[in-house]
Amino acid sequence: MLHEIGLALLRIIVVFGVALLFVAYLTYLERKIIGHMQVRMGPMRVGPHGLLQPIADGLKLFFKEDIVPYEAYKLTFYVAPLICLVCALVLFAVIPVSKSFMITRINIGLLYVLSIASVGVLGIILAGWASGSKYSLLGGLRSAAQMFSYEIFLGFSLMGPLMIAGSLDLAKIVEVQKVPMLIYQPVAFVIYIIAALGEINRVPFDLPEAESELVAGFHTEYSGMKFAYFFLAEYANMLVVSAIATIVFLAGWKGPFLPGWVWFLIKLFAFVYFFIWVRATFPRYRYDQFMQIGWKIMLPIVLANIVVTGIVMMLI
Amino acid sequence: MAVKDEKQFKELFAKGTSLGKVEEDVMREAFKTQDLWVNMGPQHPSTHGVLRLILALQGERIVDMEVVIGYLHRGTEKLGEFKTYHQFIPLTDRLDYIAANAMNHGYVVAVEKLAEIEVPERAEYIRVLMAELSRISSHLLWLATHALDIGAMTVFLYCFREREMILDLFEMATGGRLTTTYFRIGGVADDLPEGFIDKCKEFCEIFPERVKDYDDLLYKNRIWLSRTVNIAKISAEKGLSLGLSGPSIRGSGVNWDLRRSNPYSVYDKLDFEVAVFDGCDVYARYLVRRKEMLESCKIVKQCLEWLEKNPGPVRAKVPKVFKPPVGEVYAAVEAPKGELGYYIVSDGSTRPYRIKIRAPSFANLMSLPEMCKGHLVADVIAAIGSIDIVLGEVDR
Repeated sequence: MLHEIGLALLRIIVVFGVALLFVAYLTYLERKIIGHMQVRMGPMRVGPHGLLQPIADGLKLFFKEDIVPYEAYKLTFYVAPLICLVCALVLFAVIPVSKSFMITRINIGLLYVLSIASVGVLGIILAGWASGSKYSLLGGLRSAAQMFSYEIFLGFSLMGPLMIAGSLDLAKIVEVQKVPMLIYQPVAFVIYIIAALGEINRVPFDLPEAESELVAGFHTEYSGMKFAYFFLAEYANMLVVSAIATIVFLAGWKGPFLPGWVWFLIKLFAFVYFFIWVRATFPRYRYDQFMQIGWKIMLPIVLANIVVTGIVMMLI
Repeated sequence: MAVKDEKQFKELFAKGTSLGKVEEDVMREAFKTQDLWVNMGPQHPSTHGVLRLILALQGERIVDMEVVIGYLHRGTEKLGEFKTYHQFIPLTDRLDYIAANAMNHGYVVAVEKLAEIEVPERAEYIRVLMAELSRISSHLLWLATHALDIGAMTVFLYCFREREMILDLFEMATGGRLTTTYFRIGGVADDLPEGFIDKCKEFCEIFPERVKDYDDLLYKNRIWLSRTVNIAKISAEKGLSLGLSGPSIRGSGVNWDLRRSNPYSVYDKLDFEVAVFDGCDVYARYLVRRKEMLESCKIVKQCLEWLEKNPGPVRAKVPKVFKPPVGEVYAAVEAPKGELGYYIVSDGSTRPYRIKIRAPSFANLMSLPEMCKGHLVADVIAAIGSIDIVLGEVDR
């Protein structure tokens, strides 16, 4: 009994420690990659090739003055970033990094991920509302509309693969795949990637924090560690979304020669790299155009995909 | 009948007034919507300086808009009355600091017209060369910030890479990078330094290739198109009546470029096309400036060729204590942002009696509310970018 609890705790510490470190270094990676894409160096000053930059950033944010606007609703203002971060980190609990390495295996893993992710939106809306600033309010409202609608497509795009896999258990989904699901479900894959971009608020769909119009949107008024929570949550979500894509569409840890967790990380970072690459390339959509793409183009396609998958499965 | 509150409603109800109508009024009162007033600027990353906009929003749609300026007012025109004609030149640099040479150009042309000074031809070519380099650098800065506003981050750094080359050239010739103060009444400060022409030629070789880089990221990009096509439209008549000029009006199909329509310096000897597109929208204005950069590059090449072959003086003899005859004059040049005019009144003394600057950004800014009404907040950003304002020039 004690032995088991100890083991579980160890796993939790390892996964969360690694996750937080990853998230911190993800910011470094993004700055470096985008830097080189934009003919510049990225961070270079702190440590060799700026390797200590995320730590320096963390320390700086930690010591920053914690400003709460006069107009803000205090309690909500404090709670909102926590909701965001906690929801983002809790998701790591069910991600199977390799066959035997996951904090917990629950038979509704995917459902758990989708539902916790929805709760995370609450944090953003509350943050926008509680700041008492018009810009933040606009940002918060935008993200409410955006994330609710894109969760629908995200969920629906996973429906096809689910029907094939026949399980919501993330480990089972990987085990079922003889060849990557991508081959059976290319349409779902594309929709998933687009919806994921919307879900994690990244270019070209980074409307809630549209820097140029809303001046950072929902987190305009946040500073110091509270801002860092949003920041971490955002990058953690990026990792989770990539992890789900890896698991559902690219057969997770499976692959020849290398150990499972290496394959998992390779695939994961392929997605992460893609998200960063997109950010360096595209402008931003306008809010209404973005919703139009979602409801008028993606929803019919993704529904058709489910129907077609169903019919093909019936026939085979 | 308007019902103000519940109390009145109850009174009316007690009196037995027809319920249907009253209820309707109460409902209307209760659900009355109000515009959301948002203050954009003067501290806002996308208003390109200290421009302040007051927006009335319904949701995210703009119902009304007011432009508030004056946050960068330095009284340049008034200052001019206390400076000699020579001393005023550095102040013109600080109007549109993105294209200081073009600002110099307008002023010296006006003064020379007033005093009827003959400028050596070599000086004219050097002026055109510098003004066109300024135009490229100004348009590069515009493209960089405009793209950044719409979210395309990489274009920003690409453009700054090329702008850096131009600034290096300026530094070589004038010692300054931003506020160059290179033009003088009757010519330019000094001849071009050794090695300048080669370095400038190198830039002219590289630049068209680099424009292709920007095109790869924007020109046919679906997202870029959906953000710019049919956004912030303004018709030619409306634009003209609001005093829109420069690339902004050429994007509405009006073929009006002072370099062609009213040639000054040596523009009539140079071969270039005036960029005109008739989309009337943000995208058309983007196309105009994009083409202008390439055309300016052509002009620079021609100037370089001429300058290589024809050495000579670069400054006419103008006395240090310079007293133009009594009179008044208006002269305009095609600055990167539009028609830049100087109206100078002279009373025959060493100082101008009055200088009025017709700044293109100021006039162009007035068409912003016209462009933005009915659009979304995000479009305001695109519209501001597309008329390319510099606040130093708006406020003077």
